[in-house]
Amino acid sequence: MGLANEAYITGVGQSEVGVRLTRSPMGLTKDAIMEAIADAGLTLEQIDGVASYPGKSHGYLGFSPVGVDEVIEQFGIKARWHFGGGEIPAQLSAIAEAANAVRTGQARHIICYRTVYEAAALSRPDEFPALQRETVDGFSQWTAPFFAISAACWVAQYAQRQTKLYGMTREQLAQVALNATRNAYKNPRARAITKEPLTLEKYFSARMISSPFCLYDCDRFTDCSTVVIVSAGDALDEVSPNPVRIAASAGKVDRWSWDQPELMACYPTGEDLWKKTDYKPKDVDTVQFYDGFAFFPIGWLEALGFCEIGEGHKFIEGGTRIALDGELPLNTGGGQIGAGRLHGFGFAHEAATQLRGKGGERQIPGDPKVAVATSGGGPLAAALLLARD
Amino acid sequence: MNPPRPRPRLDADNRAFWTGGADGNLNIMKCGDCGQYTHPPRQICRHCQSENMAPDAVAGTGEVDTYTINYQPWMPELEVPFVIARVKLDGVPDVILTTNIVNCDVEDVDFGDKVKVTFEEQNGIWFPLFEKHVPNADEGVA
Repeated sequence: MGLANEAYITGVGQSEVGVRLTRSPMGLTKDAIMEAIADAGLTLEQIDGVASYPGKSHGYLGFSPVGVDEVIEQFGIKARWHFGGGEIPAQLSAIAEAANAVRTGQARHIICYRTVYEAAALSRPDEFPALQRETVDGFSQWTAPFFAISAACWVAQYAQRQTKLYGMTREQLAQVALNATRNAYKNPRARAITKEPLTLEKYFSARMISSPFCLYDCDRFTDCSTVVIVSAGDALDEVSPNPVRIAASAGKVDRWSWDQPELMACYPTGEDLWKKTDYKPKDVDTVQFYDGFAFFPIGWLEALGFCEIGEGHKFIEGGTRIALDGELPLNTGGGQIGAGRLHGFGFAHEAATQLRGKGGERQIPGDPKVAVATSGGGPLAAALLLARD
Repeated sequence: MNPPRPRPRLDADNRAFWTGGADGNLNIMKCGDCGQYTHPPRQICRHCQSENMAPDAVAGTGEVDTYTINYQPWMPELEVPFVIARVKLDGVPDVILTTNIVNCDVEDVDFGDKVKVTFEEQNGIWFPLFEKHVPNADEGVA
């Protein structure tokens, strides 16, 4: 049985994952919620909390088309606690907030969801108009005027530093995408995103986006909803067996900027995570690291102390250590590069799936008990330590 | 021909930065009390919270901290490839500008390259771009 003052992931769910899906964003959200509550052995009547990141994005609906208020209404949830916002450390911080809510008795079972509709929205501009802006402000005024329009251009400069200062090669960087697509090929939900595993030859023939990133170093717009149910430790008698404890979380940022700091926020966040737990990096059986761009997992490996700063690309060299049967399996479901831009929540979903032994063809061996899931890059960083203990 | 550069919305914080090029100045907000710089610009010092802030015309030289060669045309008619870089400014500790390195081949940019500002004006905004530069004896010391 669980402990009061602890939080557990008790169910996960996911809609179809696709590109230019026609099912509505709320329909996809329903599919993911229904799968997750069935997985947890709960009914909608037992749900008393809702959390999401970043809340509904009215200016650019494809990015986040379903608001927490709409979920409460649609599913008739009598919410004792809810949260939807973007000014938190990163995507997975919504799950960390839900964990804090159940630990402090504010709710018993919380639906945490992230619905993305970026591919469908682009294909249906009448329904989902593109962001229109006459001027740029906020942080983008320091990048967009120089045609550094995409985060690809901002993150590429961190990756380039790894190339120039520490000797990262494109062959080493490519291991992120090669590993992701190899694993995605064994993930039935990733069929629409990865039709066949990538080869190094194909990687090198891809067009460049922003050096050192080529097309396969970037995730792609995807339509999907992902759900994680977070339950209170003293409510585990109400759910299916096999819960996963949220043992710790972190999200530390020293400067909120994409260009001023030398290191991304994953570095202080990784260091901070280990201050909140007795677990150590050597206890971790699998890692699910945000890979919106291929350099991020390399940063997370260093940030969390799996290797020294400047060594992350060497850690993944050749791909064997991070493979499903390697010493530290990475992005076992395909990550975002292999399984679609689910925007952070996919990493919590996959970490829980592996710890509960439900990975099917992609299940890692050895009865895994501890996993780290992360999201974010640049000034965004969130880490969850999950344990079946 | 490139599309117009995305245009910053001028306000009391950023006006001196985006219009200083009219006088040939690269303006970075400096605190009159603690002497430190705040960038992105604010009217309150991020180091000591003083409101005794004013734009300081800095040397306009610096070096390439990191860069990327951008190949993807993010906007219609955007000419590629071009260089996006982060420049460390001489005499302005802990301030980085994201910018473009212009007037050279994209393959000729490298870490540590000495650069100096050159302004490109569009409708009253003076975009601070940088070009490679061989410092004379008086310059290039941060």
